[in-house]
Amino acid sequence: MAWLVNAILTMVLLLNLFLLSVSRMKSLISGVALQGIMLSILPLLLVKEVDPLILITALVTAGIKGWTIPRMLDKALRDVRIKHEVEPLIGFIPSMLIGAAGTAAALMMTIHASGLHHPKSLLVIPASMSTILTGLLLLTTRFKALTQIIGYLILENGIYIFGMLLLAVVPFLVELGILLDLFVGIFVVCIILNHIHSAFASLDTRRLTSLKE
Amino acid sequence: MLLAAIILLPFLAALPAAAVHSDRLRPWIVFAASATHLFLTAAILIDPPPAICGGWIGLDPPGELVLLLTSILFFICTLYGTGYLRQWPGRFNRVLAPCLLGFLGGATLMTCSQQLGLIWIAMETTALCTAPMIYFRRTPESIEATWKYLLICSVGIAIALLGSFFLVYAFLVHHHTPGLLFSQLLAHARDADPVWLKMAFVLLLIGYGTKMGLAPMHTWKPDAYGEVPGIVGALLAGVLTSCAFLAILRIMRVCVAAGMRAYTGHLLIAIGIFSMAVAAVFLMGQKDFKRMLAYSSVEQMGILALGAGIGGPALYGALLQMINNGLTKGMLFLSAGNIHRAYGSKSSDDVHGAVRREPVSGTLFMIGFLAITGSPPFGPFVGIFTILKAAFVDHLFLLGAAFVGLLLLVFLGMGRTVLAVTMGRPLPGRLYHTQFRDSFLSVAPPLMLLALILLLGLHVPAPLVKLLHQAQRYIEVSP
Repeated sequence: MAWLVNAILTMVLLLNLFLLSVSRMKSLISGVALQGIMLSILPLLLVKEVDPLILITALVTAGIKGWTIPRMLDKALRDVRIKHEVEPLIGFIPSMLIGAAGTAAALMMTIHASGLHHPKSLLVIPASMSTILTGLLLLTTRFKALTQIIGYLILENGIYIFGMLLLAVVPFLVELGILLDLFVGIFVVCIILNHIHSAFASLDTRRLTSLKE
Repeated sequence: MLLAAIILLPFLAALPAAAVHSDRLRPWIVFAASATHLFLTAAILIDPPPAICGGWIGLDPPGELVLLLTSILFFICTLYGTGYLRQWPGRFNRVLAPCLLGFLGGATLMTCSQQLGLIWIAMETTALCTAPMIYFRRTPESIEATWKYLLICSVGIAIALLGSFFLVYAFLVHHHTPGLLFSQLLAHARDADPVWLKMAFVLLLIGYGTKMGLAPMHTWKPDAYGEVPGIVGALLAGVLTSCAFLAILRIMRVCVAAGMRAYTGHLLIAIGIFSMAVAAVFLMGQKDFKRMLAYSSVEQMGILALGAGIGGPALYGALLQMINNGLTKGMLFLSAGNIHRAYGSKSSDDVHGAVRREPVSGTLFMIGFLAITGSPPFGPFVGIFTILKAAFVDHLFLLGAAFVGLLLLVFLGMGRTVLAVTMGRPLPGRLYHTQFRDSFLSVAPPLMLLALILLLGLHVPAPLVKLLHQAQRYIEVSP
């Protein structure tokens, strides 16, 4: 099954570059939903025998990452009537180049790394590192609160990918990752609540400047 | 049995606190729960019960220290809360009461968790319960503070989870599957791959250090501490930071057992000195006295990291300082909250002559400043002095000198703001028309804290000394 795992991880890597270069919020949300669904398949391919618990975990992950959260993000996008363009600090092409360079670096590091538990041919570590980098890049270089949430989701996906290496040994620890989605839920609720109280309508994080030195 | 009771108690008490309709009754439910919590803590510390749930939940000496601090501080703060919440009927009261109890539950779980995943869950619980307490005023400033708090801390928590993954992977590399209990990790620590273990420690230090408020991950702190009411500020600065420090100590223990004392020590010393330096810079000319307390907390966390990094007697000093900092910060936040309520402002431009306007709160704020900056005869002096002495005994002269220099800068920076607030005469004008006056319930709790730090400054009780020594040996020497 290693080839299938690698195929999925390669698609995840390509999706990262797509997410860094996309300019419409809608496509960003669809992209992250697709990434979530692809990742939920991974546990089924990586364990030797699929027990009911793993199956349930996969279904829950797919449900949350692929359906619930994207739906909430969509709702926030509609309710708050934010402009539908992503506003970047770093342009789309430079972001993509940084992402690509990061991916290349992660791949190189794994090739030269010693002391790995799993076969080197498996792309888990480079895919995980590159996805974490993508998430952090979106978190720090996009101004809209909603884009920052998506950056956080991608960061979370990267951690989830690394967790695949531990799934057979400490499933409990890996499943804790689902709890991170609680934060995402709260973020979205925050935005929608804000809209209701209309303290500031657009939630452009550049306007969050009343508290500073 | 006792351990299960003390963890479940706050969560169970949160249900009636959320359900009850009376704004007068609710603070008393919270107070009753924390009084019971203190009682249970005393019973547990006198006769420590064995671990339960297959070793997942049990108390180690550092955990006992943090549990003691948590319980005492909660008891005193909720006593203050019975008076404070009465003046805030309605939504605020309804949100704050269950969140406070959830926070207490999360903190208690943290002190009793002996499992890598469980401490992470406990940390996330406290993070989630804190957010509504920052948000409650629903002003643009509080929304901004909540957003920054949530974003920075959730990234911190995510990185802590990644660090936990790395830690387990360090064992997998050499085909060991030790399990997630700290005792198991410790027993096999020598089998872990050093490179992965080092990376894991860095990630966990960043992750939990975010919650602790070490620079440069401290940026949520001034915003959040500036916007929360005094009672929440006291608990964040005293309890939440100590819980995060406890997590770092437990992970450091695994690394020490793996023969990485020097590596962890250097990292902790570097981040500690950096935190103190950042705090000293931002304390210069800080006009908002609640934000000033936040930077003072960053400085204190730097001192704790520094002490843990030097190790030996300095670690003993850091653990003592953790208790001192919690109690002193509690006193400072409660008295600062009183001054804020009396003047309706928290800027030293508007607030002058607090000692005249609010004799008790103003004086307490002044004494708290002297205590937290390390003046005798208060507790923090003993903690800071122990760390400093250990640094010089270890021939770390340059480090000791930097430490003293930064303490002096912090004293000067804080002193300017505190003197402006407490001394002089209140400005005549519109700002002083609030009805607030010091009352028994608003000054008795900080006075209790003053008594405690005075006691710790003059004579550390023998059972506490014993517990501190046990905790220090527990962290540094593998069993």
